[in-house]
Order: sequence, then structure tokens, then C-alpha cells
Amino acid sequence: MRARLLFAAQLAFTLAIAAFLIVPAMLSMLAGVTANYFRGIQSGLTLQWVEQVWELYADTIVRSFVIAFATLAATLIIGVPAAYALHLRGGRLARTVEEIITLPLAIPGLAIALALLLTYGGFGDFRRSSLFIVAGHVVFTLPFMVRSVLAIFAAIDVRTLDESASSLGASPWRRFRDVIVPNARPGILAGSLMVVTLSLGEFNLTWMLHTPLTKTLPVGLADSYASMRLEVASAYTLVFFVMIIPLLVAMQIFADRERGT
Amino acid sequence: MTKRTTLTTFLRLCLLPLTVVVIAFFLLPMARLVIAGASGKLGLSAYAAILLEPRYRATLINTVVLAAATTAVTLAISTIAGLFLQRHRFSGRAVLVAMLTFPLAFPGVVVGFMIILLAGRQGLIGDLTLSLLGEKLVLAYSIQGLFLGYLYFSIPRVILTIMAAAEKLDPSLEEAARALGASPWRVHLDVILPALGPAFVASGAIAFATAMGAFGTAFTLATNIDVLPMLIYTEFTLSANIAMAAALSVGLGLVAWAILALARSFSGNAVAAAG
Repeated sequence: MRARLLFAAQLAFTLAIAAFLIVPAMLSMLAGVTANYFRGIQSGLTLQWVEQVWELYADTIVRSFVIAFATLAATLIIGVPAAYALHLRGGRLARTVEEIITLPLAIPGLAIALALLLTYGGFGDFRRSSLFIVAGHVVFTLPFMVRSVLAIFAAIDVRTLDESASSLGASPWRRFRDVIVPNARPGILAGSLMVVTLSLGEFNLTWMLHTPLTKTLPVGLADSYASMRLEVASAYTLVFFVMIIPLLVAMQIFADRERGT
Repeated sequence: MTKRTTLTTFLRLCLLPLTVVVIAFFLLPMARLVIAGASGKLGLSAYAAILLEPRYRATLINTVVLAAATTAVTLAISTIAGLFLQRHRFSGRAVLVAMLTFPLAFPGVVVGFMIILLAGRQGLIGDLTLSLLGEKLVLAYSIQGLFLGYLYFSIPRVILTIMAAAEKLDPSLEEAARALGASPWRVHLDVILPALGPAFVASGAIAFATAMGAFGTAFTLATNIDVLPMLIYTEFTLSANIAMAAALSVGLGLVAWAILALARSFSGNAVAAAG
């Protein structure tokens, strides 16, 4: 009897916490397709707000994808070879490098953005382009790519793979391309999902780095929360959810499969 | 021998892009930030002003108290819910776990909007209190709203860590304690909670550092909430006091980094903030 009561109390508590997290998200999704949020659902469902978001903010949505994929390309080119070198070399140097590239996770984005502005604010063309935002996103997401690939290297026997390919006469570059990268694929994929998700949602850095011509989706969101009617802000948030949920689901499936094997 | 050298050269080449990018876009700018903090009209004492100037000190204390409260409440909530979910199997459990971890990828701005929908002027809590108590309760645009926002942000992360740690607990310890006649309460107090210690330290540090530095949520809720990231932002954009903004950023960065480093030396795990 006591055990059942305890179970019920804990379940109720957990349900209340879940409601705290999920109810606002549901409200926002609903508000984005409701004709008039204050009159409620009986005012009818509509896609007019989503259309309005597309008219007002299509450029931010497209730019966010472009920046996310540019960031992904950069973290792949920089991160995968670096993880390979760090793994093979090992030792104190590798640990120090890993330590340094992980620092941007501990330092608030606002501080990093300010540092970038102070350093590159004078380089007008660079500062005004989306590349400036990509630079910030790369610094912030790189550790996720490197660690994700390093984790795979720790799990498979890279050294033996590398040595056997080497004994067959393959050059370091061929070995990297034909043996190492294909074997590291799960780590690269997991890291990529993480990088794209983080870049799409990044606000702290981007708010400081953007110009009126380089607004991203989260910057546009902040803008709509401050100045648009609730339905438009909600519809815009809905668009963001629709973009981000498939990535989250893919990450979850991926994590489950990793655990399963 | 030449094979060794080609490999060494290749590995150096592999590290080259990383070295260039990290130096150009992280180390150099951070050094520039530290110098900028000391090159205002206050000079080096801009750093001391964070603690000595009453307005900055009050904001710092405010931020630390808010972050500590967020951490304590998040840990308490997540431990109850996390242990419950780890120990019981019932239908709908997977859905419940999914609901609790769904907001993981929400940026701070979106979390701010969630709090506005929950506790803002036209929010759910306002509507409920209006019809129940005849008075509209609006929490969103103040430090209470920010507190709710940080809870919203931290709970999913901390629950995941605690569930993962609880999964690895050795059940035989608990059985032994029970066999020795310990009440369920004592088993929790003496066996389970201490065993979860490292998970508390690691996830608590992340919650604390994130709540110290998070900017998006505060920015969405109100620009006049008195916390460190908002102070840095207003110093930089409204007062154009770049030196002070830089000094405050360095201070904030150091505190966040130190807390995570400390937690890591305790728990032996890689710990990172999220923003």
C-alpha cells in the first residue's frame, strides 16, 4: 500500500515536470496555426501565420542552413584529420590541444563573440559577411566533432588498421582516406548531427556577430518575440521545431544503435 | 625511416588547419579581450571594479545566487524524476522520457519564449490564476521568469546524466543495505545518493556554469533583468563601455571555466556548458 502511494506520488511529480516542459511547446505549436490565440482554438486553424513567417523571414531560414552546412564542412575538414593526428600522437601535447579546443564550451558565447568583434571588427568585408558568423560557429562546434571522432578511434583499433595498410604500401594520405575515414564513419556522422543542430540553434554568439544583412533564424526569432504578434512568433518557432526535430530523432536513433551494438 | 618521417609530416599537416583556426579565431581574440579589459580609462583596475563597484558587485551576486538556486532546484527535481524513471518500467515510460528530454536542443531564446507562453502577460499561469484567484500572476519578465527559464533549460540535461548514472549503480550494495535492515529512506540517504555524487557534481557544474553565462533567455524575457550577461551586453551596446564589457566577459569566462574544471577534477569526467 505504501509502495503504491509512493509510486503514485513520484509518477505525479514526474508528470508535472514533463508538463512544465512540454505544455509551453505544445501551446507554441498550437498558437502558430491558430487564427486568433486569444480567442483560442475555436477561432479556427490556419496556415496564414506560417506563410507570413515565410514572407518575412525566409532569408533567415535559408541563411541558417547555409551557415550550418558551411560550419559542418569546416569542422569536417579541420576536425577529422586533427582527431586522427591527436589519436596517433597521444601524449601530453594531444591532451593539451584537446583541452584548448574544448575551452569554448566553458566560456560563455557572449565573451567569445566580444573577443571576435574586438579582433575582427575592423575587417569590414569579413565582419559584414556570414563568414564571420561561420567562424564563431566553428570555434563553438569544433570540440563536438573532434571528441565524437576521437571516441570512435578509441573504440576501434586504429593503429593496427593503419599499420596493416601501411605494410601493404599505402601512403599516409591513402590510408587516411581509404581506411581511417570509412572506419570513423559513425563518429563523423554523430559529430555532424551535433554540429548542424548546434549551429542552427546558436544565438549567444550570433546575436553579437550578426549584421542586419546576416540575420539567422534564432536572431530572427528573438526579433519576432520582441516585435511580432504572438501567432507569428509561434509560427516561426514552429518552423524551427520542424527543422530541428528530425535531427534530434536521428541523433536518438543513432545513440540507441550505438548502445545496442 | 623515411616512412616514419612521411607519417610525421602527414600528422603535422593534419593538425595544421586546426592550429590555424584555433589560434586565429579563439586564442588571439581571447588574448585581445583580456587586453581590452585593461585598456579602458580604468586600466587594469577595471578587473577589480567587477568586485568593488557596487553596481557590478550587486549584479555578480545576483547572478551567482540565481545560478546556485537553479542548480539546487534542478538537481532536486531531476534526482526525484530520474531515479523514478530508472527504477520503474510502466507503459508510457518511453514517452515520458522523450517529453523530459525534448527541450534539449532549444536555444536560450526559444526557452525564453516558452516561459512567456507559460508565465507571461497572456500566459497559462496568468489565465489560471485569474480564473482561480481573480488576480493575474505574471512572472516571466523578472528574475523569477529567468529562474523558470533556466530550470526549463537545465532539467533535461541533468535528468539524462542522473538516469545514466543510476543505471550504472551496483544493485548489490542496495540489497546489502536492505538485508542489514536499513529502511528505504536510509538506503537512499546512505547508499544511493552518495553513489550518485559524481553525477551531481558533473551535471550541477554544467547547470551552474550555463545559468551564469546564458544570454538568450534573459534577452528574450527582458533587457533590464540584473544578471551578468545582460550587464555585459548593455555595457557594450548601450554605454559603449567596451573595456568594462571586456573585463566583465573575462571575469564571467573565468568563473564558468573554473567551476567546470573543478567539477571535472572531482568527477573525472569531461564536463561542458551549453548555451
